[in-house]
Amino acid sequence: MNADRPARLRLIALARDPLAWFTALLLLFVFGMDELRPLFAAAFPTLDRPIFTQDSFLALTVAHIELVALSSAAAVIIGVGAGIFVTRSWGREFRPPVERMVAIGQTFPPVAVLAVAAPLLGFGQAPALIALALYGLLPIVQNTVAGIESVPVSAREAAEGLGMGAARILRRIELPLAMPVIIAGIRTSVIINIGTAALASTVGAKSLGTPIIVGLAGFNTAYIIQGAVVVGLLAIVVDLAFERLLRFVDRWHDSPASRRTPVLAAHG
Amino acid sequence: MISFEHVGKAFAGNVAIDDLSLAIDEGEFIVVIGPSGSGKSTVLRMLNRLVEHDHGRIVFAGEEIRRFKPEVLRRRMGYAIQSIGLFPHWTVEQNIATVPDLLAWPRPRVRDRVTELMELLKLAPETYRRRYPHQLSGGQQQRVGVARALAGDPAVLLMDEPFGSLDPVTRDSLQQEIARIHEASGKTILFVTHDIDEALRLATRIVLLDRGRVVQVGTPREVLAHPTSKFVSDFVGGSDIGIKLLGLDTVAAYVRHGETAAGEPIAMTASLREALSMFVVRQVDRLAVADDEGRTVGAITLSDVVKPRP
Repeated sequence: MNADRPARLRLIALARDPLAWFTALLLLFVFGMDELRPLFAAAFPTLDRPIFTQDSFLALTVAHIELVALSSAAAVIIGVGAGIFVTRSWGREFRPPVERMVAIGQTFPPVAVLAVAAPLLGFGQAPALIALALYGLLPIVQNTVAGIESVPVSAREAAEGLGMGAARILRRIELPLAMPVIIAGIRTSVIINIGTAALASTVGAKSLGTPIIVGLAGFNTAYIIQGAVVVGLLAIVVDLAFERLLRFVDRWHDSPASRRTPVLAAHG
Repeated sequence: MISFEHVGKAFAGNVAIDDLSLAIDEGEFIVVIGPSGSGKSTVLRMLNRLVEHDHGRIVFAGEEIRRFKPEVLRRRMGYAIQSIGLFPHWTVEQNIATVPDLLAWPRPRVRDRVTELMELLKLAPETYRRRYPHQLSGGQQQRVGVARALAGDPAVLLMDEPFGSLDPVTRDSLQQEIARIHEASGKTILFVTHDIDEALRLATRIVLLDRGRVVQVGTPREVLAHPTSKFVSDFVGGSDIGIKLLGLDTVAAYVRHGETAAGEPIAMTASLREALSMFVVRQVDRLAVADDEGRTVGAITLSDVVKPRP
């Protein structure tokens, strides 16, 4: 469909797309932080070194994304798995304890998890990954359960009555119908994780929190702003990308045929 | 083809079905009817093993149903329910193809089957094939639901109040479709309803349940003319039984050939109930009768209507 549209129209659509704008802005900060030196020098004339240079922002961003991706992947696998498990007929009894455990995981501040995990697992990525994965579980489990429970009872009964097995009902009916809700949960979890991952630098994992923490320790406001702006933009870009994904997953609600319906109705 | 032998079922100590015995022949249209809570849905759900019976035997195609894998059994029995239960994220075509896909039919055969069923249920294939359920009216959705139940060419069709939530006009036309499909395909149908007029119209035999027990089994005429208890006669119509009996016969059997009468003729295919209504509306005691082509072939009198069947 996109291919039919003239290039000019596609360009206009791109120019109006906030995802494109914020991605461009993020790339500008990640790759072009050095070019912004005059700007920061002017804003903070008292600072000797107005740009954080111990690591490139590209390396910091990649490390940050790696932390978020690994911990969120673990949270998704465990969280969706647990959500599926407690909605099966044979796993229903485990629902209250699982939900309670997950809720505790979120109540416990990540800083505290880091503080406890660091002496046990050593400094670096490992404690950070565990703290982030635990912290991100709640919205994923909750939304997986809510999504599966929102599947119409009649659809499930019909599927069973027509001779679909339990695994097929899960794969072809329950999960696809629950997917928008599950993805919304993953979105919340990942966005929280992008912010929280900055704390990982307190236990020695490299992340976009590093310039913030170095800046806080050395009273370098410019470093703090640089770290914060990139983390913020990263969160916005990922959030907008999830919004796009959600629209795609839910596309049957708004298929071309449904947009035609009013016209057909008008003709009788 | 199907038999229930002393079947019983209780839910948490409450008896839902008590000592049900019933033999169903191939091609019958059995309507299970009763007040709510009488266990009529449970009868269907035990047959396709959505509910497991506690006592007795249920035999299908010569085998106790527990010898089948539930999924295999269900694919041989179409299933349509009041809440329809279309899969909202699948198109009409995908929904209808559910069982053929489970049976791993080749693609072209599935496609042809979908087209055939859509035509059978008066859904223009090219218009609706790619629609999603939420783009259809309630009546169209249930047409898809019935098509989906028929798609795997099942030996038996189980229908649990399929037309219960439809408006009277839509219900009437779907009753016509299912009667036509039954006549054309000779499929065995088990149909649950609480609507006695629906039962009288569709059934070859009616099974009347009350609190989990069968109170009477018989053709619509037997149930109307010879109710075995006051419960049956109240349930099937009370003071309207006579009128409902007239609904079972057509004018054709009562025509006085060669005679005639004034006024617009009544069709031979009309029911006696319609004839009676016309006598009353026109305030006459004689009506002309016309055949399918509209030619007057005779007459019928008011007193003919109350005579025993010729």
